[in-house]
Formats: sequence, C-alpha cells, structure tokens
Amino acid sequence: MGKPKLKAHIINPEWCKGCGICIHFCPKNVLELNDNDKVFPARPSDCICCKLCELRCPDLAIEIEIEQESQ
Amino acid sequence: MRKENIKFIQGNEACVEGALYAGLDFFAGYPITPSTEIAELLSYRLPQKGGKFIQMEDEIASMCAIIGASLTGSKVMTATSGPGFSLMQEALGYAVMAEIPCVVVDVQRGGPSTGIPTHVSQGDVNQARWGTHGDHAIVTITASNHQDVFKTTVDAFNISETYRTPVILLYDEVVGHMRERLVVPKKGELPLVQRLRTSVKEGVDYHPYLPREDGRLPMSDFGAVHRYNVTGLFHDMWGFPSDNPDIVHGLLRHLVDKIQNNVNEITRYREYHLKDAEIVLVSYGSSARSANHVVVARRARGEKMGILELQTLWPFPYDLVREKCANAKYVVVVEMNMGQIMEEVRKAVDRPEKVFLANRIDGSFITPTDIRSILRLIQGKGV
Amino acid sequence: MAVKDYIRERFFPHIWCPGCGHGIVMNSLLRALGELGMSKNEIVMVSGIGCSARISGYLDFHTLHTLHGRALAFATGVKMSRPELNLIVPMGDGDALAIGGNHFIHAARRNIDLTAIVMNNRIYGMTGGQYSPLSGYGTMATTAPYTNIDHAFDTVELATAAGASFVARSTTYHVQQLTKILKQAILHEGFSVVEVLTQCPTYFGRKNRAGGAVEMMESYKKDTTSIGSKAKKENPDLIERGIFVQKELPEYCDEYDKVIERAKAKMPKE
Repeated sequence: MGKPKLKAHIINPEWCKGCGICIHFCPKNVLELNDNDKVFPARPSDCICCKLCELRCPDLAIEIEIEQESQ
Repeated sequence: MRKENIKFIQGNEACVEGALYAGLDFFAGYPITPSTEIAELLSYRLPQKGGKFIQMEDEIASMCAIIGASLTGSKVMTATSGPGFSLMQEALGYAVMAEIPCVVVDVQRGGPSTGIPTHVSQGDVNQARWGTHGDHAIVTITASNHQDVFKTTVDAFNISETYRTPVILLYDEVVGHMRERLVVPKKGELPLVQRLRTSVKEGVDYHPYLPREDGRLPMSDFGAVHRYNVTGLFHDMWGFPSDNPDIVHGLLRHLVDKIQNNVNEITRYREYHLKDAEIVLVSYGSSARSANHVVVARRARGEKMGILELQTLWPFPYDLVREKCANAKYVVVVEMNMGQIMEEVRKAVDRPEKVFLANRIDGSFITPTDIRSILRLIQGKGV
Repeated sequence: MAVKDYIRERFFPHIWCPGCGHGIVMNSLLRALGELGMSKNEIVMVSGIGCSARISGYLDFHTLHTLHGRALAFATGVKMSRPELNLIVPMGDGDALAIGGNHFIHAARRNIDLTAIVMNNRIYGMTGGQYSPLSGYGTMATTAPYTNIDHAFDTVELATAAGASFVARSTTYHVQQLTKILKQAILHEGFSVVEVLTQCPTYFGRKNRAGGAVEMMESYKKDTTSIGSKAKKENPDLIERGIFVQKELPEYCDEYDKVIERAKAKMPKE
C-alpha cells in the first residue's frame, strides 16, 4: 500500500469564490488563483493528496481525486 | 351503574377532557394563573396514554416546542393566560406562516400586564386577532359552559387539522375555574379530523405547501420519507425562502383566504329567542351566562329579547351577526372588556347607532343585575 | 455517503461570503455524518436565524428554519415526540447565547439528546455586523463604534455549568479535529455542545482589523491549543480546543419513557 497518488484536482469554478483558504494552507504550495479569481492547480505534481484544501473549502468547490490502486 | 360518564369539574378540566378526546399527543406549557390546571392535569393524564408532557422554561419555548412536535405528526396544545399569550405571539405567527396545526388555549384574566391574575376579563379578543405581526388570519373560538368547552376544544383540533392553522381557544377565568357538570361524549360520538398525510410516494417530488383541489394541504411527518424545508420566511411550495413578489403575494393571500373564505364552516354559535327579538344581546364566554339569564327572565315577562352567543370570534361572522340583528331595535353587546366585540358588531349591523355596550372591566364578573341596569339606561327608563 | 449526497445541490453556490467559516463548519459536519453513515431521513436539522442558520436550507435533511434564538425549543418538541430522530441544531453565537441563552441553558440542564453546534463568529453577521455577547471587550462593531464594553462569556464554561453532558470546542482551521468532535457529539446520547470558532471576515474581520479569512484562520491556529497542553500552562490566554466534558447521564426522553411507564402502572383499572 503506497502513498496516495493524485488523479486530479476537481474544481467547480461556479462554486469557488476565490477566498484563498485552500491556496494559503496548501503545505506544498500547489494552488493559485487564475485570472478569473478562481483556484487552479499551478503545480499539480507537487500535490501529496493531503486533502486539506478539500476539507477546508467553505464552498465544497474543490475535490481531490485519488488514483485507484491497481491489483 | 350509570352508562354516561358524568363529571363535576372545572372548565379547565373540561378543556383537558376535550383535548384528550380529540387525540392530543403532546403538550408543552408553563404555569400561569388561571390556566395552570390544564398543565397540571395533562402532566398526569397524557403519559397515562403514552402522550408527552413537558413544562418548558417559558411560554415562548412552550409555543416553539409544540410547533416542533406537530411537525412530527403529533396533535399538540399549549395553555396560558394574557402575559404568556403576549410572549407566544411571535411563535404563533410562525405557526400561521408555516401552516402548522396546533391549539393554543388562553384562559383570560384581567390585564394589561400582570393585571389581576385571579380575576376575569375578556380583554385578549383583539390580541388573539392581531397579536402577532403582519397581515394574517386566525381562528379564535370561545365557550360559556363546560359542555361547550369540551366541544369547542374538539372543534379546535378539527379546524386546526382541516385548515393547517393554529386555533386559539379563548376561554376566561370564570369558565376556567368554575365547577359544572360535564357529560363526556362516548368515543365516536363527536367527529374527529385526523392529520391529512400526503399520498405522494417516496422519491416523488412532494410539495408541502401545494394545496389539493379541495384546498387542503397534505402534510408529511418529519422523519418520514419526504425531506423538505419549513421556515417563517415567505416561501415557495417546496418550503424554500423566496422574495419573489408573485410568490409573496400568492402565499399571503392563501394564508388569509383559507380562513376568510371558510367563515361559514368555521363559525359556531348558539341562539335563543332571536326570531322576533326587538332587543338582541350579543355575548360570548362567561358573560353570555349572565346575558342568557337576563333573556330568560325578560322573556318570561313577555319582553321580546333574544341572545346570540358567539363561539367563533375570529374570523368574525359579520354576515351572521347582520342577519341575526337585522330586525332588532337595539343590539347590546355584553362583554368584560372595553367593547372589543362591540366594535365588530357595529361594523356588521345595518345601523351602527343601534349597538350598545353592557360591560364590566373591574375584574368582577358581569352579573344579570349589571346588565339590567345598563339595559334600563339604554331603554331610557333611568337607573 | 459522500459529502455531495447530503446537499441540496440546486441551491449552490451558497450565499455565504467568500471565506466565511460557516461553509467550513458545514463541510466538516457533512464529513462527520458521512463517516457515521447516517441516513438522511433520520436527521432533523433545526436552525434559528442568522447566517449560521442558513445552513439548514442547503442540506438534504428534514430542515426546520425557526425563529431567532428558539431553535433548541423547537428541537425539544421534535425530539420529545420522536426520540428516534437525530437532532442537529446549528446556531450562531447571538442566536444560541443572546436571545437563545435561556433555551440553551435549559436544554443543557435537561440533557435532552440534541447536538447543538454554536458557530461562534463573535458578531451578528446577517444584520450587518453588530456586537454579540461573544464579541469581547474592546472589539469594534457597528453598534459599538467606541469599542465594546461588554465582556464575553465562555461558551464551554456556560454549557458545563448548565449541565451539558458533552462539551467541546474547535475551530475552522482545525477541520480534522472538528469532524472527529462532531462525530462524537452526534453519537453522544445526551445534550452535546460543540463551539466552533469560525471567521466572519466581512464584518468582524474588517471592523477589528483581523484580516481576511486566511489571517483569521491563522489566528485560530496561533491562539488556540489542546486542553491541558504545556503551551496553555505557559500562556494562559490561549483558548483550549478539544472535548471538555463527556459524561453518561440519563437522557431526558429516556427518563420521560419511564414516566410513561409509571403513569400507566398507576392507572385505575377499568
């Protein structure tokens, strides 16, 4: 059982309000705001799947999808 | 052994008997003279039939608790007097807005404020109509004797369920505390209206605030298969808040019309000797007992006097009152306040100047003698 | 169930301001419910009035949006008549402890099985930023333009003194702890109080130069500590987080069931 591998950052731009909480508290500095003031993963390969962005989002706008372990 | 179930009890107890007969499941209340006996009796009787009683921390909490319980499908009631009734107004308005069946008993005492706790008045009539803020309609019923207290209590639950509305039982300290004979009707003798539950199946869209064709609004218990929202804000038919002008207008009209358009169905009254009456006494509650006494005595002497005893005070039965007073020379409203129902009777009749007030507002019970002195003044015979 | 299964998706995005802590409380609560595997039909959410109270409209439970301060009274009626239902009562700080203060202490005293979540943002947000009993001495608000002279009380101490059998506190920074605490609060059979320090960047933050959501959450990290930690001993001004009270006491509805048994036993035989 290895470390969880990121599949994707699923971000809902309709729900994201650009509050910056996920960006600030990401331990690996993966996220940034785009030109529309919505979050996007600027450095997705640095993501360690801690999911703190998903847990702290007030708008349920970001979800971390994990790669399923192959048998 | 007597077949009839006869009791010699207080009016408050007659109300309790009526509520239990109607299927009361849940009572939340707070002690206040002269209604306390209702709470005490129900604390004893309700758990005997598996019902729930709770003494809350104040009247506001009591009114809120019964609304919560009603949403789970229970038949609910609370009881209070003037000061507590004042406290309950906000939550009462919530029950009106969210269309939640419940019965609120106000055993009136002298007011305003702390007033005169152990003495009678009928001062809360207009408060029952307009105590809660905003345009709204309300149902308010009263009675003058214990048999009618029992029956109007059952009626209150029935009307509450039929129209999904709070109903106020506006009794008074004399009726509440005096002892009188009550024949408890047998099971099945008085019709009961049960909670109308929706037949919409699980998974199908349920609208808590969409009337059926016959105007009734089927409910769904909290905890059952339909999850919806209940709020005191103006709301759409799913119960979600809205400030859309069409929705606001539609809902307000619905809340008022469902009561106002059914005045005939909701009106209860008694009448004696009205057919050829030249003087009509209009009265209600314990005042009607004295008024009736005067009518009986005067008729025995050949005077053409009659009485219209109102049981439904709100929605006020203007048409009924106009009809019953049409041929009267004088209409005398007998009540223990400063003319709250007299004002409505004035609005109803063909000539307002023929309406007079025979009242007493000092905490003492209005007696036939009091009424007679005022009648003599009105009829110009002097004191 | 997943978080999204518990929401009324058609109403999102919700009305809370960008960075509002209430959204984070909602997030943590839904995770707690999901981890507990609770089914939606068994949950009744009763809220009062205010920004916090709006949470109920967004969630797919039996939702009862009541009157300012009165949520616990309504919830008492629901719970007593249907004790098998799971009652969650999210309230604001003013909602629960100002106008609702009386109902709060009595619900605690009764130990009735409700889960009260006090979403404490130390302000009346929906009406535009007036001070609340939790704002604290020296803070600024629209109704305290010369600084507030009201001292706050301590929700945990108040709940404890009133007899609550489960009392806990966390913050919107400490989301993992918050979810754990909410799970335990919901499972606890008795009156549970969870106070959550949550940020109102729009009013409390601006008026008190506490920064935006991020700065306020950083302050929750900096100014709080675990119960009885070394840091607390060194700095008594730190606010403690964790479970303060967790007792097994007779629950009110269970006690009333015994009343019913006693009443039935005493009935005269026909």
